[in-house]
Amino acid sequence: MTTIEERPVATETEAPARAPLDAAAIRADFPILDQSVNGHRLVYLDSAATSQKPRAVIDALDAYYRQDNANVHRGIYALSERATAGYEGARVKVAKLLNVNDPHEIIWTRNATESINLVAYSWGRKHISRGDVIVLTEMEHHANLVPWQLLAQEKDADLEFIPITDDGVLRQDVFDVLLRLKPKLVAFTHVSNTLGTINPVEDMTRRAHEAGALVLIDGAQAVPHLPVDVQAIGADFYAFSGHKALGPTGSGVLWARRELLEAMPPFMGGGDMIREVHLRRSDWNDIPWKFEAGTPDIAAQIGLGVAADYLRDLGMDRLRDHERDLVGYALDVLPREVPGIDLYGPMDPEIRGGVVPFNIPGVHPHDAAQVLDRFGVAVRAGHHCTMPLHERLDLGATARASFQCYTTRDDIDALANGLKEVQRLFGV
Amino acid sequence: MDDLYRDYILEHYRRPHNFGVLETPTATYEGSNPLCGDRITMQLDVEDGVVREVGFTGRGCAISQASASLLTDEIKGKPLADVSSFAATDVLDLLGIEISPARLKCAMLSFDALQHLLDELGAKPLANDPA
Repeated sequence: MTTIEERPVATETEAPARAPLDAAAIRADFPILDQSVNGHRLVYLDSAATSQKPRAVIDALDAYYRQDNANVHRGIYALSERATAGYEGARVKVAKLLNVNDPHEIIWTRNATESINLVAYSWGRKHISRGDVIVLTEMEHHANLVPWQLLAQEKDADLEFIPITDDGVLRQDVFDVLLRLKPKLVAFTHVSNTLGTINPVEDMTRRAHEAGALVLIDGAQAVPHLPVDVQAIGADFYAFSGHKALGPTGSGVLWARRELLEAMPPFMGGGDMIREVHLRRSDWNDIPWKFEAGTPDIAAQIGLGVAADYLRDLGMDRLRDHERDLVGYALDVLPREVPGIDLYGPMDPEIRGGVVPFNIPGVHPHDAAQVLDRFGVAVRAGHHCTMPLHERLDLGATARASFQCYTTRDDIDALANGLKEVQRLFGV
Repeated sequence: MDDLYRDYILEHYRRPHNFGVLETPTATYEGSNPLCGDRITMQLDVEDGVVREVGFTGRGCAISQASASLLTDEIKGKPLADVSSFAATDVLDLLGIEISPARLKCAMLSFDALQHLLDELGAKPLANDPA
């Protein structure tokens, strides 16, 4: 039986005046940024889709495959022990990032999508039945919508949605009304991947609990960008993707409270998730391994641990300060430099993460993104996996610039200059 | 600077030909590209086996709008048999620009709609993947 090395989690009290991030210096940690695209410096503004990876993470993947590669929890030999130590040690690192005391509550998944599906299949199929209510929001990523649709269809349960205001803020008054329906579960995003809205997750969790609901939070756009303390938030389930948090693709996390995880049936059956297997029945392993059937992406989770350390070393408060500054700068500069640009989402940087969706009237976002690419500027164009939100805002599609620790004001200036070229080319 | 956004492409985008709703359509099809949220509604008015009128509405990028404009120009007044023999590569020839794999769906949105219309009219059965 493997145990997880547990060390006390440091509680950091930072001085109110924090030194700002030196994004220019940070950029040197990200080898991919040192390239030109179509003859221009690469300006990567699609970190909400996936972040770039620091050298430390890339090196960890390389070192794992060169030196430690072996299956985990199985071999009685040095390599397997090193692989297992790295794999389980990463769990401790991620626990620290989320201020989780017990690393056994960290379940490795492939991404936030799998984390949410795990809850929908394992918890949902046991606890949701005909007529039960699940409350979601209009701003959810498809990953926090479709799994609940599947569950609701199977169980004949009802989905209700917290609407948004025109500037992309959840209608808390309507949430109060929906809570009177006594939902079994309330699931919402911490930060909107499309509008950047930072939701008041602590307050919403408290009210949901008072109404008797469990709370699942999609933290895919929060963990990589701002301090997340799952104890302070008080939710029951918290999901995020490693690849958006400077980690490798294929790494992801579900955190849930121990008593919930222990009471939940397994998600997938197979090796590693069992204690004893007989021909007609099996006993489950302890958490977290009960939910980790089959050989996992060992290297990816080790890499995510390194990414978690990198983020903690940067300081999540400082990263949040940096992105707040960038959002404020973008919301100020873009309308001045690019007359006529339409911006969406809350205009107050205090409640907005590093996500800036926009449209140039008369130019389809695909075309805008294509022209920006000619100047080395990478933005996302489309519906960003939030089709209902785009429908609500009566938008076919949007272009989206999104930020990370390596994003600079120069990047936003490059975006503004590129958009001027878009306007010139299309004559708008 | 641009191989993609040539003047005639932008001209078709700004002032697409055959943009509008037909009064007496024989067949109507609504298509969409779920990747980018683009939509197209295409209508044919067929009389004696000939496409008398064709119209389309919807929203989309310059590539999808220009290709719809060019394609509808091409098939207007032609016998259904000729229209049925029109292939996806012919649309790319009409556009006359290099289309990257990422934009192929945009270029093929109107062609895809046309295949559904031809299927509905019994002129050409729908292939599994018309694009």
